[in-house]
Amino acid sequence: MFDIKGYGWLLLEGVQLTVLVGVFSMVIAILLGLVGALGKLSGSRIARAAAGAYTTIIRGVPELVMILLVYYGVPTLIQDIFDANIDFNPFAAGIATIGFIYGAFSTEVFRGSYLAVSRGQIEAAKAAGMNRILLFRRILLPQMWRFALPGLGNVWMVLIKATALVSVIQLPELMRNADIASRSTRLPFTCYFTASLIYLLLTVVSMSIQQRAEAWANRGVRRA
Amino acid sequence: MDVAIIQDSIPRLLHGTVITVELTAASVAIGLCLAVPLALMRTYRNPLLWMPVYGFNFYFRGTPLLVQIFLVYYGSGQFQEFLTQIGLWTFFREAWFCAVLTLTLNTAAYTSEILRGGIEAIPFGEIEAARACGMSGSLLRRRIILPKAFRLAWPAYTNEVVFLLQATSLVSIITIMDITGVARMVASRSFAFYELYITAALFYLILVYGILFVFRKVEYRLSGHLRSPSLNTSEYINL
Repeated sequence: MFDIKGYGWLLLEGVQLTVLVGVFSMVIAILLGLVGALGKLSGSRIARAAAGAYTTIIRGVPELVMILLVYYGVPTLIQDIFDANIDFNPFAAGIATIGFIYGAFSTEVFRGSYLAVSRGQIEAAKAAGMNRILLFRRILLPQMWRFALPGLGNVWMVLIKATALVSVIQLPELMRNADIASRSTRLPFTCYFTASLIYLLLTVVSMSIQQRAEAWANRGVRRA
Repeated sequence: MDVAIIQDSIPRLLHGTVITVELTAASVAIGLCLAVPLALMRTYRNPLLWMPVYGFNFYFRGTPLLVQIFLVYYGSGQFQEFLTQIGLWTFFREAWFCAVLTLTLNTAAYTSEILRGGIEAIPFGEIEAARACGMSGSLLRRRIILPKAFRLAWPAYTNEVVFLLQATSLVSIITIMDITGVARMVASRSFAFYELYITAALFYLILVYGILFVFRKVEYRLSGHLRSPSLNTSEYINL
């Protein structure tokens, strides 16, 4: 069934790139999310305004427009300003854009998870003489991870589906390859439906990994 | 920066805005009509009722919207003969119909899960009280469960509408001239890429925060009975 006139392997090849794009974008999103949350919670008004502008703008602009803007717009913008020719490779442009977009969503996740750490513990750590870096490393980060896991899992779920959009900039991931296969085989429904089932499989696998990760992260929590 | 191209393209972008808003409004309205019965079916114990809805929601929430759009728009071509026979091909040939159909099914799946969350969050005491008053079945659902579920689900539903508005940008890929479609067309002809895409982004920002503003107003109205009266009634204290 999976052969599709010999084009099934093309889809399987695409899955690898889809997962790769997803993982790289997620790493960028997590790093940006931590920086963004730091900005939102910082005492400096400039940092708060910058982080606020970042999340406000990203959440108001469609992903497709962002991808087109980065892939086609940024090179022409650089050309106009610096008079230098650069060409983006679709892979770099794709992970940069998706990571940048979902960084805004993880900012909110990390901000929420910071606020979920009880104030008393931070006070206690300060009273025990920890400086800010030690407090972050020993007290905040281990607990923030636990509170952030469900939210980050959701971000990942949406992100892996958003990777389908980079097919627009001709990156040969699952969606793009399904497109190619459907044109060559003249079986569009079969190809896209197979692709959709593969995405579904990715979602199911992600869900089960998320459940295990949450169980692992909460292993120290006493339950009633 | 080519300001003239931006100025020239604004009338066309406004026309694209109308298309975007129409698509969003149509899908939100039809999607909501589908989502209410789906959400109710999802809460029944009978597996014949909840399992099909679960499968539907699982598929539409677990796959990218772009795949769904292509599946309907290009995929229907594989069944052209059959669709012509039953007289549906005239619909599936139209990009507009395929776009609304896909967006509607997609938002119906998300909305019904949001509503189900609202229904399950209703305190049991309220349903018990309604039962004690003699309500059951459709009367209970109509008077107690659905209004309360809507109120509880409203903030999440606001997000869904915003996401749907942004998701309509995908229809530009199947030749519909919405905001993104117009921006792509003008940009590829004039090579003014960043000018057009930034302008399109601004259009979306205005729409998104406009929707958020309206939905927050509604939320404020819906939660009137929950606000503490002491907050804005200083004149009473002065009496």
